[in-house]
This record gives sequence, structure tokens and C-alpha cells, in this order.
Amino acid sequence: METVSNKIKVTIDNITVEVDPGTTILQAARMIGGDVTPPAMCYYSKLQGSGGKCRTCLVEVAAGSAADPRPMPKLVASCRTGVMDGMVVKNITSEKVPDARAGVVEFLLLNHPLDCPICDQAGECHLQDLGYDHGKAGTRYEFSRRTFKRIDIGPYIQLHMNRCILCYRCTYVADQITDSRSHGVIDRGDHAQISTYITKAIDNDFSGNMIDVCPVGALTDKTFRFKNRVWFTKPVDAHRNCTTPGCCGKATLWLRGDEVFRVTARKDEWGEVQSFDGKTGWICNTCRFESKQTSQWTIEGVTTISRHSVIGLNKYQTLNMPQETVKKVMHGVEPKLLMDIHSVSGVNNPDIHLSEIDRPAHSSDFKK
Amino acid sequence: MKALTNKVKPVNRAPMSFMEKLYLPAIVHGMAITFSHIFKKKPTINYPEKKRPFSPVFRGLQILNRDEEGRENCTACGLCAVACPAEAITMEAAERESGEEHLYKEEKYAAKYEINMLRCIFCGLCEEACPKDAIYLSETFTPADYQRKQFIYNKQDLLIPHPKENPEAYQEALGNRANKTMVN
Repeated sequence: METVSNKIKVTIDNITVEVDPGTTILQAARMIGGDVTPPAMCYYSKLQGSGGKCRTCLVEVAAGSAADPRPMPKLVASCRTGVMDGMVVKNITSEKVPDARAGVVEFLLLNHPLDCPICDQAGECHLQDLGYDHGKAGTRYEFSRRTFKRIDIGPYIQLHMNRCILCYRCTYVADQITDSRSHGVIDRGDHAQISTYITKAIDNDFSGNMIDVCPVGALTDKTFRFKNRVWFTKPVDAHRNCTTPGCCGKATLWLRGDEVFRVTARKDEWGEVQSFDGKTGWICNTCRFESKQTSQWTIEGVTTISRHSVIGLNKYQTLNMPQETVKKVMHGVEPKLLMDIHSVSGVNNPDIHLSEIDRPAHSSDFKK
Repeated sequence: MKALTNKVKPVNRAPMSFMEKLYLPAIVHGMAITFSHIFKKKPTINYPEKKRPFSPVFRGLQILNRDEEGRENCTACGLCAVACPAEAITMEAAERESGEEHLYKEEKYAAKYEINMLRCIFCGLCEEACPKDAIYLSETFTPADYQRKQFIYNKQDLLIPHPKENPEAYQEALGNRANKTMVN
């Protein structure tokens, strides 16, 4: 086994990869990709120290290493367990893992309000995906769910503490990306909650990245709140010359027609913010909340969406829409329209620009 | 040429017999069949005066439901619109403000809700997709009209009558559904 390279071999679900020492099982599984990768709710590869809290990435280690091939007695959290040479890991091939993971999902959903029809995260929610893929349909919990009073944490971000699963990702963002941490987890156990201390509003330039790292709908974009469902908006990759230091300026715009409804950082296949030239592509609040005009952006192309995602439904995969053919075929004669939909319909009224309202729409906004 | 099926019956081109040339016996036979129907049970009904009951699985015009207090159930979650194979449903959501709690059940509601009845195929998938029991297909036909613009149904056209302000109309709109909920 003494070779020139100091790579070590690990076998995950009968697939062997060579990885650097110090890699975790989850990172090794992500190198293989596909179904072999355990889901992760709290681990975020771009945030140091994250992971080890939610237990959804549990895997079975059938053989500890080549030197000591005994299996590990309990399921281990793959995001926090380093690989050893000759380690054999079972994820989807294990009998124990699906059962344990279903239990974890049941625990995560104990206090979750399941208000997906209202929640803006629905459609891109990691907890939804986790529930569908690894959860069971029912719960055995008989008590009333934990609820919190609503706290206003500023004009840009909406906090729904009831939906929070306490993954701590947002506090790591506050610690590692912003220069002053103005929120964190207060209280303990069942009372633990994300909050700004004494309702101090979050006004840091990079605070909006909390929305992107939040795996559930606990932190959502207030300027996009209730504007539309994510699967009715069209994601396009765009960039702008942002002058804020540290902002990469590369973002995904979520369009409805030509209106920019929402701006997010670009996500990779694991739902994490993409890296550009080795640097994580965090975007600043100016890009995210105050650049809602297509003229402020250079649009590169349509974002590739997994075909299993609801977001890719009913959309043209190109930026250029098909041309009208009637006029060409009929020697310049315009088609005679029997009805202009805007003369009857109140939806998508061309005079009402929802993207220009920096708060959720109210009944008064539709009375034009 | 080979026949496509084995049910082909060749045309009888034989010359008519004497009895057939008389015609009258055949006419009498035919009239007997006609008049015998006077004494049989009528398969039709006199439509506008009498109406047949709908089948319990009949899928007619959509109705937007309210709860017992008359608040709208719909939260504009968009599941009906994404389930709709004809893309007939469109909506725009708004946030409920304080003072509007008696109008809308949840903090988000459909400020605009439209069904294009020219597109709707009455498949009932919107009813199946709805997590809030907010839309269902009633036992009413979509009325015919001369103009296309009459077929864009907005929220006021679709909403069920208020159960407290107009209880009779509410019960009528519920139709078979009222019995169903009583069984459950």
C-alpha cells in the first residue's frame, strides 16, 4: 500500500474513491455524487465548523479502516467523521440508515409548522426534499407544537422562528462573513431560538446570505415575500459590477416576465452557494435587495435546474422566446387577436409592478 | 379485396318477392313498432323543467371555498396552478393586514385568482392538489356565452356565497358536498 501519493481509499456503497487524508465521509460521498451522497441539513461546506447538529447525514461504517476492520458500533454523522484508509461505508445499501434517517426527519418535523402552502421556501426547501425522500408520512407526536412570537429583524429579512430547525448555519454566516455578529441562538433546549439580541435589526452588508444558507423557510427574503411561488419564477444567471468589497456580483435572478422578483446567490448541486476561483460567491445586500431592475444586470443565460425539481416546470430552457410565425407566413399581416387577455384579466396587470414594492403586496396594491 | 372485419354482410341483390312488392305488410310492421313506443317508459326528460341528478363524481364549475366563519380558505400556494395540465389557473398573492382577519383564513391570501374556462378541461386535479380544501369542482355547468371575455372567471365569480350572510345560497353551492362532510 506504500505508494507515492498519500491518497487514501474509501468505499461508499461499493464505490471506491481515493481522497486526501482529512476528508470527511460526506465530502468523499459528494465526490462520487448521486444517490450515494447523504443528505445534509446543517453541514455547509463553505462555512467552517458547521455540521454535526441535525444527524440527517448518518451512515453506517461497516469497516473502520484497513488496519482495524471492525465496524463502528453506532451510525456516525458523515459530515463530522474523517475517512480512514480502507474504510467501508454503507449509506443507501445499509439496512439501518433509512430507518434512522426517518426517525431524524420525524424529530426535525416535531415542531415544524408544515405551513408549506404559505412558506416562500416551498419548492426549494431542503426539509421538504428530506421529508419526501427519507421521511414517513405520519408523526407520533401528540402535543401542541412549539411556537414563538414573531420578531422583526429588519427591513430585508423575515424571520419565522417556528420553522427553524436550529442548524446554526446563519450564525456561522454572521460570524464568518459579516464583520459584526448581530444575531445568534439564545436560550437552551426546546426554547432555543435564533434572534437578534434585544430586537436589534440586522443591517450588515452581507446579512442577506443568511437567507441562502437557511435550509428551511426560517429566514426568507422580505422583498420577495408572498410575491410569487419560486416555481412560477424563471431563474437566470446574471452578473453586475458590484463595488462592495467581498461581493462577487454573480447571482441568480428570479424573473417573472421582465421583472426581477428575487435575487439569490448561485447555488451548486448540493444547494450551497457556488465558488468562483476558489472563493465562495457570497453577494451583498445591494445586489440582493436593491438591484431589482434587469437593466442593472448582465444576463448570461438560463440557470440549469435539475429536471426533478418543480422549479424547472413549464419554462423555456432558452432566453430567446420562439418568434411569431403568423406575420412571416401571411406576408406581413398581423394575426387578428380575438381577445387581449389584459383587458379582462386582473392577474399580471402590466400597470402593477410587484418587483418595485420592497415589502409583501397588500390589498391596496391591487386597487389600481 | 379482403374484408377488414368478419362482420361484413354482402348486399342481397336478389329480385323482390310478391309479398315484398306489395309494401303494405312492411309498412304495417314498421308502424306497429312505432306505436308500441307510446306504451313504453320514456328514456328522455323535459329538460328545463326537470333536471337529472348529477353523478356524485361529476366535475363541474370550480368553487373557491370559505370556512364556517366565511373566511377564504385559499392561501395562494399555487399548487392548483402547477397541477393544472391546461394552465388555466393564475393567481397573485398578498399579505393579510391587521383588520382583514375576518376575510382571509391565513396570513397569505389570493389577491387575484382567475380560471380561464376556455382552457379548463375539468379534470379536477386542482381539487386534488389543494392542501387547504379551498377549491372544488361543483355540480354546475359552466354557462355558455357568446363572448370569450365572459369565460375568464375571477375570484368574485368563483367564491362560494358567504355562509353567514347568505346561508341558503351557501348550502346550495355546497350541493352534494354538504352530505359528504356530514358522513365523515
